[in-house]
Amino acid sequence: MNKFSAISDWVLLFAFAAAVYSMPIWLEPLGADYPDLMQRFAIFGLFAIGYNILFGLTGYLSFGHAAFLGIGSYTAVWSFKLLTMNVVPAIMFSMLVTALFAVVIGFISLRRSGIYFSILTLAFAQMSYKLAYSVLTPITNGETGLQLTLSDARVLDAAAGIEVTRSLPVTNFFGIKMSGMPGFYFCATVLVIGFFISLRIFRSPFGAMLRGIKSNQTRMAYTGLNTKPYLLWAFIISGMYAGVAGGLMAVTDPLAGAERMQWTASGEVVLMTILGGVGTLLGPFIGAAVIKYFENILSAYNTTSLTQVFDFVPEALQPIVVDVVSLFVGSGWHLTLGLMFMITVIFLPGGIMEGVRRIGSIFSRKKPTAAITSTPSASENASGA
Amino acid sequence: MENTVLHVADVHKSFAGLHALSDIDLSVREGETHAIIGPNGAGKSTLLNVCIGRLKPDSGHVVFDGENLTGKQPHEINQLGVVRVFQTPEIFPELSLLENVMIPILAKRDGSFKLRWFRRFSSEKTARIEAEHLLSDLGMETLIRTDAGSLSRGDKRRLELAMGLAQKPRLLLLDEPTAGMARHDTNATIELLKRIKAGGMTKVIIEHDMHVVFSLADRISVLAGGRIICQGTPEEVKNDPRVKEAYLGEEQV
Repeated sequence: MNKFSAISDWVLLFAFAAAVYSMPIWLEPLGADYPDLMQRFAIFGLFAIGYNILFGLTGYLSFGHAAFLGIGSYTAVWSFKLLTMNVVPAIMFSMLVTALFAVVIGFISLRRSGIYFSILTLAFAQMSYKLAYSVLTPITNGETGLQLTLSDARVLDAAAGIEVTRSLPVTNFFGIKMSGMPGFYFCATVLVIGFFISLRIFRSPFGAMLRGIKSNQTRMAYTGLNTKPYLLWAFIISGMYAGVAGGLMAVTDPLAGAERMQWTASGEVVLMTILGGVGTLLGPFIGAAVIKYFENILSAYNTTSLTQVFDFVPEALQPIVVDVVSLFVGSGWHLTLGLMFMITVIFLPGGIMEGVRRIGSIFSRKKPTAAITSTPSASENASGA
Repeated sequence: MENTVLHVADVHKSFAGLHALSDIDLSVREGETHAIIGPNGAGKSTLLNVCIGRLKPDSGHVVFDGENLTGKQPHEINQLGVVRVFQTPEIFPELSLLENVMIPILAKRDGSFKLRWFRRFSSEKTARIEAEHLLSDLGMETLIRTDAGSLSRGDKRRLELAMGLAQKPRLLLLDEPTAGMARHDTNATIELLKRIKAGGMTKVIIEHDMHVVFSLADRISVLAGGRIICQGTPEEVKNDPRVKEAYLGEEQV
């Protein structure tokens, strides 16, 4: 970690910010430059970056982070209903309320490690999901999902003299409406801040301790470190990221449903992190963007559009080709995701970031750790297995 | 009597009916190097594990500098200044040597928990300089940025020693510090431990290698069958008939 200087970190941060803010430009050729999708890139990117602080640094695999996503969403919608349509308090509350939940869930789950920790977090998330559907209906509005209504109190807005008459109010950032591109820029800004904090944590003594826990937790204890508070803080911080991501979902679309907390959503962030590269700074964001991009592209296909695509195939074969391919697109796009995931994990265990590193080492040949690595092992790394 | 730093009083420990330790009474004086020797299975490692809180004694207690260590968490015992160097190298394989040594230094300086998430690890100058000094003292200055997992076994053991020394312990417990080392590495380690001894650090050392024991120890306790059968200066122990009996057919003392 010491080979990264403070300057190179600032360069990385600015490059990241530039890449995020310029998404509308460079995503155009990919057909992904519309606000709704780019918002999702930013939101799920933030979710994965936060998740990586726990999973990537400490190695603790949580299967329940979607619970925090849901809690963040509900909190934000309640803030819109009760206080104001301004998004800043909504995000703040999402963060704080999620942190409270993370303290409790983390405190209990972290009494165990390994698979038992994963199961405990999964149990908590499923519990939250079921509760949101049943007992907590007064708070969550059950199956319908929590929505804005015309009769909402909106105390702060009312005090400021903002009246709602005919149509539902829109979320705003001090007057700027948070739909479309402004919504994207708001999410992007939160993402960049989130990336900056993650960068600081990665490079800090705190981050080093978390890495030590991942590497050899027993040794940490015999080195005089109490691993419990370190783990709990990592858990809370990553929970807060998820809460903010959930809040942002409500910002871009003020509606919260329990399905956001389901275990499949928890699993998705694990896939994103692993696909991009566990424990890397950029990997989780890249993984999130790749998954959301393919989800968007592939789930849009149906039999009719596939027939058009495979127009060049001889007519006799066309139905077969369409039938086979249609398994992998539309609602079956998860099959493609599964294949993508398998291929990545088998050939690039370090995720997409490992691929980037390998390509980088082929081109640069500078061998960053050349002074100590002997030549044969360096070339082994480059050619890969 | 000089100041007793570590006092093991009346410790019993049994595993499923097997008496691993019985009636252990042991006093370690300030600044001395106390060796614990004994045939295989005598209970040496168990005794050390009881001292650092890895195992709880069935009865009796371990007192370090007036503090009862029994029932304390491993990290609390470490924070009191009792540091153990393990027999099988316990290091952080995925981290660089520098990080491996800096973590114990920071643990000593900042206590068992400190949330320093905004500061840069690499700008912890004093800790880094200290770690670099230690590593070059042990002849590993060229390996500072290597991942610890790629070291040879002997180097891993030296790294672990560095991690222990980095905490400037008041009591250092060494579990066979030279096992698995080549002869010249063993001698280098003995030299290093002698230098530390000159600095006045109290040490308890478990060792099979009598060459190492007799070049370092001020006093020796001999464990056999879970009991201390003899305690004294190296000269006394060498000439004690009970010791010869315990080691008969095992090793020439």
